[in-house]
Amino acid sequence: MSTLHDTTNEVLTLAAEHFKVPREHLAPDDDFFKKLGINSLQALDLLTRIEQHFHIELPDYELQGVSDFRTLAERIQSRL
Amino acid sequence: MLDLSQYNSLGDALRAALERWPDEVCLIEADRDRENLRLTYHQFKDAALPLTRAMQDSGFAGGTRAAILMTNQSKWLISAYAIFFAGGVLVPVDYKLSAAEQIKLLRHSGAEFLIVECHLWRAMTQAEGFGDLRTRVVLVTEAPRDADLAGAKRWEEFKDSRDPVFVARERKDPACIVYSSGTGGRPKGCVLTHENYLEQCIALTSLYPFWPGVRYLSILPTNHAIDFMVGFIGPFTCGATVVHLRTLRPEFIREAFTKYQITYMALVPMVLKNLEKGLRQRFEELPKGKRVMLNTLIGANRLLTRSRPRLKLSRALLPQVHKAFGGQMRALFVGGAFTEPATLQFFYDLGIQVGNGYGCTEAGTAITLNDFKPFRADTVGKPLPGMEIKIINPDSEGVGEVAVRSKTLMSEYLDDPEMTAETIVNGWMVPGDLGRIDASGHLQLLGRKKNMIVTEEGKNIYPEDIETYFEGLPVKELCVFAANYLWPARTMVGEQLVLVVHPEAAQPVTAGIIANMAERNRRLLNYKRVSGYLEWDRDFPVTASMKIKRAELAEQIRQNHERSAVIPL
Repeated sequence: MSTLHDTTNEVLTLAAEHFKVPREHLAPDDDFFKKLGINSLQALDLLTRIEQHFHIELPDYELQGVSDFRTLAERIQSRL
Repeated sequence: MLDLSQYNSLGDALRAALERWPDEVCLIEADRDRENLRLTYHQFKDAALPLTRAMQDSGFAGGTRAAILMTNQSKWLISAYAIFFAGGVLVPVDYKLSAAEQIKLLRHSGAEFLIVECHLWRAMTQAEGFGDLRTRVVLVTEAPRDADLAGAKRWEEFKDSRDPVFVARERKDPACIVYSSGTGGRPKGCVLTHENYLEQCIALTSLYPFWPGVRYLSILPTNHAIDFMVGFIGPFTCGATVVHLRTLRPEFIREAFTKYQITYMALVPMVLKNLEKGLRQRFEELPKGKRVMLNTLIGANRLLTRSRPRLKLSRALLPQVHKAFGGQMRALFVGGAFTEPATLQFFYDLGIQVGNGYGCTEAGTAITLNDFKPFRADTVGKPLPGMEIKIINPDSEGVGEVAVRSKTLMSEYLDDPEMTAETIVNGWMVPGDLGRIDASGHLQLLGRKKNMIVTEEGKNIYPEDIETYFEGLPVKELCVFAANYLWPARTMVGEQLVLVVHPEAAQPVTAGIIANMAERNRRLLNYKRVSGYLEWDRDFPVTASMKIKRAELAEQIRQNHERSAVIPL
């Protein structure tokens, strides 16, 4: 099973691919709204991409109050 | 629809609707592509009344306040009806606030009952201030079998088969306490009466009628004033159907349009713009020949609908576009924040009407609305029947502060006579916007007068509320302003907050302070963040009671700094 570290890395790679930014520009504690310049709907788009990758379902509310990659990865990890 | 002038309360009107259309479907709940629930008006009554009875058994009486804290789902409406049937006062709480903020509002509202989704309740039990919560009965929905409910009861099991007692209310009695903002500082609990809602419903349905067979797609949470009206009271008092979708993912919204043959939907500007972006992208991807053809047809539709909408004609001219909206879409309602005219025009040119208006929590859902006679993208429409607007102290171009008066105006801010007296003067309320009324009676909004911003998601943000999050910063004093208040700009979009900091004597703003500010800012929900800070080198003007004289400070800042002096955080 993936560790939280692996999951965080995968989330960062998915976000970089999805929003077409270099992977090395993203770090676990980055605020993805700010760093990627996205709104909450675009963040939901990323969530859909993440669901497909990990084969899980994350309700929209899981993103409530989450703005950094590390916390997002924790939410994913708890469902793996 | 029901003749709402004949009813005294929301409970009274909803009860009549449930009797009038027992076999019509009133509520469908879908999650992604799965349908969770489908209820007729009769089944809806059967779901709600056992809850009412159990609440009455627990001491719920006329005037008891009950809060609902849920995402967009069917139990919201079932619980709300149960509360209104028992003569209660509903406190809709925004589920997007932090748990600590929710606790603060619940305390302020005096709610004795709370109906809450399990994940939100769990967050509250772990939040600061949980011990201060004064709710007497908490009902938790969708709790896993082994969940620790911290003394709460399960909503699904909280029922009693005996008939509940209907509790009548008067038109002037409070129906809801709705928080327009103020979670960081002084809570603004708007007390809205049954008359406010009944009159609003009469006005809105005169322009956008509902009837049995109409299907409204609800993606906004029902705590949102627009969804409460057009996604609950409006359709229910007309025998129509509400379809709740428990996700905002665009792919499932598109699917719901077709699957449920949606007639109306309400959304905030951000979602509308997202729909526009998706459509534009699909148009761009068409082969050149088809794209030219589409543009020609859009041009023809624009020309033919110049004086009024012609839905059948638009559907015939642009069948693929209308098919993507399910084929039955009559209008989208947009609200909560200002919508750019170009976006409204884009949809109108496709034959999709967007009901764009102007309102605020204090004055009900909508005060003005576009009547499409003809369509005007540059205004927020004309006052609805029964609503009045005027411009205070207009300049030579007729631009001044907008004031509104109507039967939809709240009675007061809860427990705050001082703020009520400041807000409603001789029956007129001043929402804080600049505008003018043109020759045809349309209201045009031109900027903000008040020190506040409204986000694209429809959130009202009061700068003074944000200051509490920066308290403790090692500076002498600080103040938050809306950038457009400091440097007036004739725009309603792209609004930002600015943090003004006055460092300790002769000290510059150090890297440590900047990091501290950035960290506090990062912890705020994204729509509450300040865009940057402005360094100020003299004492803030204050009143005798040491409150900052904001207008005076803003004037001093305006005279000494350009907007470009703001350093991004």
